[in-house]
Amino acid sequence: MSTNAQRDIETRPWSGPTRHYDIVKEGVIALIVVTMLVLLLAARFGSPDVPALTFKGWATADPADFVTTAAGELAGTTESAGYGGPYNKGGDGQNLGPLRPAKTIGVTIPVDPANDFVITPLRTQNQPAQVERALEKWSKASTGQQSSWAKAYTDAIADPKGANGDPSKVSGRGFGPVPELSNALLAMAQSGALDGILDAPGRFYSTDNTKQILFMGDGGYLDAAGTKYHLQGNQWGMINETGNYPGQQWLIPVSFWYQLPIFNSNAESGLAATLTANGDIVILSIVGLLALLFLLLPFIPGLRSIPRLIPIHRLIWRSYYRKGKR
Amino acid sequence: MSQTSEDRSQTRGNWTAALGEAAERNLPFSKLLPGTQPAYVASWIYVFGVLTLVCLALIIATGVVLTIFGPSWWHTSLAGHYINSLHFWSVQLFFLFMVVHLWGKFWMAAWRGGRARTWITGGLAFVVSIIAGLTGYLLQTNLDSQWIAFEAKDGLNATGVGAVFNVANLGQILMFHVFLLPAVIAAVVLGHVLWVRLRGVVPPIDAAAIEAARSEGASR
Repeated sequence: MSTNAQRDIETRPWSGPTRHYDIVKEGVIALIVVTMLVLLLAARFGSPDVPALTFKGWATADPADFVTTAAGELAGTTESAGYGGPYNKGGDGQNLGPLRPAKTIGVTIPVDPANDFVITPLRTQNQPAQVERALEKWSKASTGQQSSWAKAYTDAIADPKGANGDPSKVSGRGFGPVPELSNALLAMAQSGALDGILDAPGRFYSTDNTKQILFMGDGGYLDAAGTKYHLQGNQWGMINETGNYPGQQWLIPVSFWYQLPIFNSNAESGLAATLTANGDIVILSIVGLLALLFLLLPFIPGLRSIPRLIPIHRLIWRSYYRKGKR
Repeated sequence: MSQTSEDRSQTRGNWTAALGEAAERNLPFSKLLPGTQPAYVASWIYVFGVLTLVCLALIIATGVVLTIFGPSWWHTSLAGHYINSLHFWSVQLFFLFMVVHLWGKFWMAAWRGGRARTWITGGLAFVVSIIAGLTGYLLQTNLDSQWIAFEAKDGLNATGVGAVFNVANLGQILMFHVFLLPAVIAAVVLGHVLWVRLRGVVPPIDAAAIEAARSEGASR
């Protein structure tokens, strides 16, 4: 049969045999069946709800990590401090060839980690005299001096032959007010006062949690929780969720790319290093392109012929084809 | 007859009348709610479109209840947790049915015969639903939300989208999830369903040959 005849039958209203079909009845039955199924699934399995982490919980469970992170914010060495757009100018962001969208668009959600996460929250409350003095000393120092103190302190905490990650074992001098400020923030967080202050210090309303998310993500507490619940990107974390629940399985076409070794490489140079450093923009560009191909499939020669070449349609319309043969 | 001419002269250039006439001509009730379908519409795969729509209706119904009581209610109320669970499982089934529906339509090459718009709107509904699903997870205000906000921001920021769509901004995400994205999904799905009714269900591959053989057999 000619392609024209097939095209004709596809474009014109159907004039062949018909059958009784009650769409409304089908819809009502489907509604009843699916509603019953959803009621049962919800009653049997519920839905995941592991409580959100708090700064109080972090400061209590892992004070050393909290103090180290706070000192890192003052030193400008955390992920947030070196992030770049849209938060600050600390980094250039990822690139796809010559394209650097984050840098090009610039700062649209300003975040200054040292001030927003440490100094401003401390100033929202009455502090002991020594903390007030530390705040004054910090504010009067030059940026270079502030950075020098904070870096010396974070180096001392990390020194494997010294404190080895425990701020309480740091000895020596040259840290300025940084230990005082970090410990004051720790005390504030342990009391629960830091939760609720970060997002809108001195203001009544807030609906934006950007600063809490960034600060918490700079430490190891959120990361450890992510690993515990198998939520890390290279653990198919994008489609997982806490508990034994299906998660966002529909994100498999995105999550798949993050599992490839070339996007999870330890290489320091070469293609793997470039792709790992710019994994997000490369993967999302690939996924964007695939989504475009998916949407425009009817117009893409070759791809649109796959259903004809792999005859699964013979199974779908088997009764029609069978009757046609008779 | 003269009245018809008078009517025509009165409605010439009238956009409302033109729209009404076009709707009556292209989408009469017999097309919108037909009592019969072509004989080839006889497979379980056709049920998955309706199942997807039913899940969408359940998502909207449970979402309305969650909207009335606010995003934190379900953490402290047993009834709220159950409504949230209904919403959650409706979403899970919605995606399951939609993916089966999409695969079914792919293997049918359902875009044939001027039905590309139906395919594209269906694909768009899937893509926008994924964004709606993401915003729903961000709205749970629990550990999953914190983690997803922290992780998802990097991809969005890298592409520049994060500059205007901030996954860590709960207020913004709330507005996207309960208003903007449902409005887009509703519009896209409405267009999709209307196009299905307008063009009819795509005939099988090689239907012309089968119908020709059938006519030949009948004429003998």
